[in-house]
Amino acid sequence: MNHWLILPILLPAIVAPLLALALRHDLTMTRTFSVGSTVLLVLLGGYLTAMASDGVTRTYALGAWGGPVGIVLVLDRLAAVMLLLTATLGLGIAIYSLSGCDKAGPHFHPLLQFQLMGLNGAFLTGDLFNLFVFFEILLIASYGLMVHGGGAARVRAGLQYVMINLVGSSIFLIGLGLIYGVTGTLNMADFAAKATQIAAADSALLQTGLALLVAVFGIKAAVVPLHFWLPGTYANAAGPVAALFAIMTKVGAYALIRVFTLCHGDAAGGAADWFASGWLVWGGVATLIVGTIGIVGARSLNQQASFAGLASMGTLLIAIGGFTPALGSAAIYYLIHSTLAVAALFLVIDMIIRRRTGFGDALVAAPRFVHGGLIAATFFVIAIAVIGLPPLSGFIGKLLILSAIAGQAPGAEGGGGVAGWPWLWGVILVTSLLALIGFAFSGTLVFWRRGSDGAAETAAPPIVVPMVAVGWLLACMVLMTLLAGPATDYFDQTAGQLFRPQGYLEATLGEAGGGGGS
Amino acid sequence: MEWLVAAAIAALTASGVYLILAQRTYTVVIGLGLLTYATNLFLFATGRLAVNAPPIVGDPQAPHTDPIPQALVLTAIVISFGMTALTLVMAVRGYFESGGDDVDLLGPEEEVAKERR
Repeated sequence: MNHWLILPILLPAIVAPLLALALRHDLTMTRTFSVGSTVLLVLLGGYLTAMASDGVTRTYALGAWGGPVGIVLVLDRLAAVMLLLTATLGLGIAIYSLSGCDKAGPHFHPLLQFQLMGLNGAFLTGDLFNLFVFFEILLIASYGLMVHGGGAARVRAGLQYVMINLVGSSIFLIGLGLIYGVTGTLNMADFAAKATQIAAADSALLQTGLALLVAVFGIKAAVVPLHFWLPGTYANAAGPVAALFAIMTKVGAYALIRVFTLCHGDAAGGAADWFASGWLVWGGVATLIVGTIGIVGARSLNQQASFAGLASMGTLLIAIGGFTPALGSAAIYYLIHSTLAVAALFLVIDMIIRRRTGFGDALVAAPRFVHGGLIAATFFVIAIAVIGLPPLSGFIGKLLILSAIAGQAPGAEGGGGVAGWPWLWGVILVTSLLALIGFAFSGTLVFWRRGSDGAAETAAPPIVVPMVAVGWLLACMVLMTLLAGPATDYFDQTAGQLFRPQGYLEATLGEAGGGGGS
Repeated sequence: MEWLVAAAIAALTASGVYLILAQRTYTVVIGLGLLTYATNLFLFATGRLAVNAPPIVGDPQAPHTDPIPQALVLTAIVISFGMTALTLVMAVRGYFESGGDDVDLLGPEEEVAKERR
């Protein structure tokens, strides 16, 4: 057993109560520990990503109860990449919050750590029920973060968010119950292996269970028509919280990839083949279109950023729904890029809100504000990344998706639902153009138009710390652009690993015999 | 007995869903509670219903019920209980902050009125 695997869960799980109980009244220590913990998580994520690059699926059996009975954590390339992404985002948020956002309400840092713990656990777990438990951990933390700072609108939006997710949790449990009732297991690998052997009479129950799981992951991933919670939640949350939530939708996408690559193909002959039939592409197209309409029609910057997040989920879901290794690789690249880009967008909008006293993030002409030039330039660069224009990683991500779609043009094997590639190109390109128009409009209005009533400039809020945080996220995007070659190689191998789940199954179930060794 | 359990789960789910569709947060919280009860019962029943059998597998031939769903239900009960408490706290806070227990987001008019107050 490799004890490194549990550290991404253990570290925030130790730091969070420490912050909440022992260091509650000491802001400096709280901040030091919180940032220190996220820095360690980044290093850990990097180490695990390097460790996973040899293609071996590593498992960690808690309490040395191996195999399908005990609780297992599984580290493969995808899990490692997601851990690194979570930590990278967490560090950006932690740094940004030092500029004063963490003082708007109690317990920002402990909740952030708990959220990171839940995210890391969800990415590492190899067990469906523990996926549910870690979902709940990250959701409970997100409920607290959602209402961070308070205010009537925020609490109302938070309440809606909590209610929708509680309904989602109930559906999740019912789906798990069905799956357990039919297959007698909740271990993902064991489930994938047993799904082939169920009686024909039970297959309808299994399909229902899987469909319920899709519904839950769809709520998390904000697939149209399950997206209604997203715009209200993101637009009403505090800036850094909304930025952190950029990865919450990706958890849904990750769960879809994880569960359905495992029970697809040879491993579970046909039980989940309907997933590969391409219906998710349609969901992705609808999400992309709704998101783009939102970007163009938004009445405030936060609303626009929320819909930009929704549109990026649409593009991502098209790639996931296509369900081929090439599209899977492109999807992972785009997933990482869009998380960083949308998070950076929310952070820069928060910087704008703190300077436009009386106008907030409303899309109206307002007096000039301090640091306008620098913030405008940052907004410009991030908007380019979000839209997917060259030279940043958004362009490469969309290019990879488009070329992967073209690669399975009519006639290619296993094209699934994306066989009609010319119109998918049209959808992705036209929505990109519309997003460009939307952001050009809002950027012009906020930074160039001047309101008639020239209000006095307010005292300058801190600029250095927020810019460091945004710069960190931007630097990661630049790094992804410069290292696009090695990165796509890694993601190609990741997708290869995902679409040949035998290694995963052997690693997880093989532990049953020699559990507890080494 | 199976019919009885199934009917109970169905009735709880139906009432829960009906209440969740309401306009007021308090009603929705009650609906969520009913829905989680239904879920817990359902989860319990996935281990198959057995009367007078312990959830311990000693002798595989002796009558026993599947212990795993019972363990799952225990986890689910704890989580759903905590969640209901949290939702109530947020509902109360929402009531005091916005002056109403409507589920909808504040409309533009309401927000303007709130700012003027």
